[in-house]
Amino acid sequence: MSASLLLDQVTMRFGGLVAVSGLDFIVNHGEMVGLIGPNGAGKTTVFNVITGVYKPTSGTVSLGDRVLNGLPAHRITRHGIARTFQNIRLFGSLSVFDNVRCAMIPGLRHGVTSALTRGPAHSREESRLRGEILELLAIFDMSGAADSPAEGLAYGDRRRLEIVRALATRPRLLLLDEPAAGMNPTEKSQLIELIRFIQKKFDIAVLLVEHDMKVVMGVCQRIVVLDYGKKIAEGTPEEIRRNPLVIEAYLGGEVADA
Amino acid sequence: MRPALSHLLLLGGLGLSAVLQIVSPQLDDYAVNILILAGINIILAVSLNLVNGHTGQFSLGHAGFMAAGAYASSLVTLASGPLASGGDPVVKNAVFLGALLAGGGFAALCGFLVGVPSLRLRGDYLAIVTLGFGEIIRVVLQNTDAVGGARGLEGIPALTNLFWTFGIATVTIYTVACLVNSTYGRGFIAVRDDEIAAEAMGISTTRYKVSAFVVGAFFAGLAGGLFAHYISFIAPETFNFLKSVDVVVMVILGGMGSTPGVVAAAILLTLLNEILRDFEQYRMIVFSLLLIILMIARPQGLLGNFRKKRKGTS
Repeated sequence: MSASLLLDQVTMRFGGLVAVSGLDFIVNHGEMVGLIGPNGAGKTTVFNVITGVYKPTSGTVSLGDRVLNGLPAHRITRHGIARTFQNIRLFGSLSVFDNVRCAMIPGLRHGVTSALTRGPAHSREESRLRGEILELLAIFDMSGAADSPAEGLAYGDRRRLEIVRALATRPRLLLLDEPAAGMNPTEKSQLIELIRFIQKKFDIAVLLVEHDMKVVMGVCQRIVVLDYGKKIAEGTPEEIRRNPLVIEAYLGGEVADA
Repeated sequence: MRPALSHLLLLGGLGLSAVLQIVSPQLDDYAVNILILAGINIILAVSLNLVNGHTGQFSLGHAGFMAAGAYASSLVTLASGPLASGGDPVVKNAVFLGALLAGGGFAALCGFLVGVPSLRLRGDYLAIVTLGFGEIIRVVLQNTDAVGGARGLEGIPALTNLFWTFGIATVTIYTVACLVNSTYGRGFIAVRDDEIAAEAMGISTTRYKVSAFVVGAFFAGLAGGLFAHYISFIAPETFNFLKSVDVVVMVILGGMGSTPGVVAAAILLTLLNEILRDFEQYRMIVFSLLLIILMIARPQGLLGNFRKKRKGTS
């Protein structure tokens, strides 16, 4: 599989502000990469550029041999990149089941006409999807909540549902935007287990933006550090932990050089 | 909705419309009049509900699409002359069906042309653009002598009956219900709930919004055709801004996104309009008061399950 995400000299400018500048990095097939950096370093902007919310000012984003720049967000999802959001974005008025069902829409073989004629092909497809959705919910232990509205779920479950929904788009690469935000230590350790499990079970690559070092160090094989939109370091968790540039970015430089 | 059940409901609705038509000579004219107006309002409200309720795009241009359908279908029947007003009922009704479809098609085309550029806008801005569209249609009609200008079109053959009205109302309800209650149709609600998340699920939000708009406009066009061929006379003033507001009120009153709710509201408002005739000039005051009371008592609408905005969540 050549499913690797490649960012080549990606720059994103908002007027005079350079949010991301000349960023290169790769996520290989099946790899777990962490993207960290202080607040305002440009991590979420990188996510938004990869997923098509923003079009990069210059540089290219590609998945395998397909260039993604400039494609609308829904097309990028169809090419195999799924994401979750820092501030959870579920379809609040829909049930847990229907939230996952929405992720199945791009894969529908019979669309509008079949929905209107309600022929046998429609029922077959609907029952096949139903099976797939229930199976997916069962894997994540959410079958019991299938019919409850997404809005009423507990915080941890809403995060989990967002991940399940992203997986239902059958991605090759999953982007998680601060999945541990607002979680307590127990939930965080469960999350670490969950991410490891997903990566093995679904054989996909994961790119993780996270502030919580325990989570990042716990799951990532490689870490990319951003500061002021530039990559300042890249390496294994061990290397990053000792890198003086990273420590400076997080804790501030010496007062002496002022 | 299970496939067999939805087909049964469709056939049942059409059968019921036929029965209504058969017994209509026994009903008095006033009752038939109210039934037909209620049926037209059901078509308008259910189709607007797809746009405003399910897809969450606030449109104020439904009267404009109704006008497009009313004029287009009337021009077809007027042009076909004796075929539409002659004695042969089969020919007459076939011409009528063709005219209605032409009106619906023309309205759908207008919906597409208005929808593609304006559906990039959200909320208030979309409301203003659709409102503007409705006004443009009205002003253009007012100044086009070929369709009678401000004097309107008269002598439109009276072909609308209970069968056509309720048959089309049934088809409207069937279409909207089948669309929304399918995996494909969950996309409309996904667009309403969160556009960014919908895009991230691979859903083309623009396509969904335009589809909802086009389907909504098509049925509004049919309703316009039925209306024109019932009253036999249409003028641009019939399809003013207040007509759009009437339909929006039915949708909000019935409950955004609830088909049974808006059907009930369409019937209720039609009846209310008639019952309050006795109050003459005070009618509008009573009408408004009732609306205010209902909205305070049930802000989600009569049968609505539209989520209430929760405090503290964005």
